[in-house]
Amino acid sequence: MEKAMSKAARTVEITEEVSTVEESPIEGQRSIGEAELKSIAEALIFVADEPISAKTIADVIDADRDTVEKAIADLGAEYEARKGALQLREIAGGWQIATRPEHHEDIRAYLKSRPSAKLSLASLETLAVIAYKQPVTVPEILEIRGVQSPSAIKTLLDKRLIVAKGRKETVGRPMMYGTSKEFLIQFGLKDLSELPSIEDFQDLAGGES
Amino acid sequence: MEENTQTIETETTSNTAAESAQTISVAGAQPAIATDRDSDQLQITLGEFEGPLDLLLYLIRQDQVNIYDIPIARITDEYLRYLTLMKELDLTVAGDFLVMAAQLIELKSRMLLPRDPLAVEEELEDPRAELVNRLLEHEKFKAAAQMLWSRATVEQAVFKRAEIETDTNNPEVAVGLFDLLTVFQKILARHKEEVLMEIEREEVTMAEMIDRLRNMMRSAGEVNLMKFFERAQSRRELVVAFLSVLELVRLSEISLVQHETFGEILARSVSPA
Repeated sequence: MEKAMSKAARTVEITEEVSTVEESPIEGQRSIGEAELKSIAEALIFVADEPISAKTIADVIDADRDTVEKAIADLGAEYEARKGALQLREIAGGWQIATRPEHHEDIRAYLKSRPSAKLSLASLETLAVIAYKQPVTVPEILEIRGVQSPSAIKTLLDKRLIVAKGRKETVGRPMMYGTSKEFLIQFGLKDLSELPSIEDFQDLAGGES
Repeated sequence: MEENTQTIETETTSNTAAESAQTISVAGAQPAIATDRDSDQLQITLGEFEGPLDLLLYLIRQDQVNIYDIPIARITDEYLRYLTLMKELDLTVAGDFLVMAAQLIELKSRMLLPRDPLAVEEELEDPRAELVNRLLEHEKFKAAAQMLWSRATVEQAVFKRAEIETDTNNPEVAVGLFDLLTVFQKILARHKEEVLMEIEREEVTMAEMIDRLRNMMRSAGEVNLMKFFERAQSRRELVVAFLSVLELVRLSEISLVQHETFGEILARSVSPA
């Protein structure tokens, strides 16, 4: 962070107003105004095929990360205020421009697509256990689910929702699993901390009886 | 049992997240047939359970008993009755179900026994406590699975811009170095297997092997058996080679000579060609 700041300070002049640029122009430096920065960030987020992080954007345009983050926040506010079809969202540690869910029927009608096959209940339960208990081994998953889940684990691995996270140093050295970046993307999560606490489900579960 | 799809459902195309959440909560509970109004799709839910914990939870909910005070005798009876039903329906009863049945019966018997008055404090714990904890833990994760399900449903309603031609790191094809290595190793392993198979299929018959030995005898007069065996390219060929030596000895075509103990064995023609 500190490093990025000093680097940015050395090479880029971030200015609030155009006038400041004119007052202190230093040769060989690229000055990006607030509006331009916002515009560039939007363009990069638009073309990026995966959620793009503020750091990546900052690196590309050689700007200070905090400034880029502020520009993105402003951009997001603009998207909100406009109440259009698009939203700017933070997913898997990056930013992404996507449509709002309200329009899914019309979009599907145009794309002539159907939602892709959902995960089975078994796979979802296994995924839930892995998401909350990671890194977790197969025997530990069995303990919670009460059933073997070899095919569920295979499905999740095939769909790249989980990844092997090394072996546990215990009897049999079982493989440990954790969720992947793809998991965050497919479930629209900023990061793992965005998952509701597992203890919240306790109230929900206990409340039913 | 595992992926033994308990809900045969045709794709729910236009369900909102809320509707979908309802669908999942009934899945695996009771047998049911439901139609989707917007299309002619039919949903059939079989009354089958993901696992023993699911079945137990269902029985507890159905009887509306307190999960912290499970009437073990009654629930065990119902549980066993369900297993019998599964057998009658010719469904394979997975081992997990049987393990749970055994645990329930053990619990039931422990509940019947009077408590040991001399037992230490910790042994006085409700024998059901462990099961209750497992059930609650399981239920939490079932709820978490539902949450993931609705998240995925909402997420599927969100669209990103169409792919640009330069999209090379599409998640479908994004592989790391290790994926590549794994695939490569598999190919190597398969290749190795194939080669081994080929050699085995290339069978040398006994007659061919005898001919080979006779030819060697003819050209050299005597043959060092070690050299003869070394020509064999596979285990099978080696066996055939050994047998053909025995065969020729039996036919008195050759005799075996050894000059010193543990020394090399030479095959000599009995009647010089």
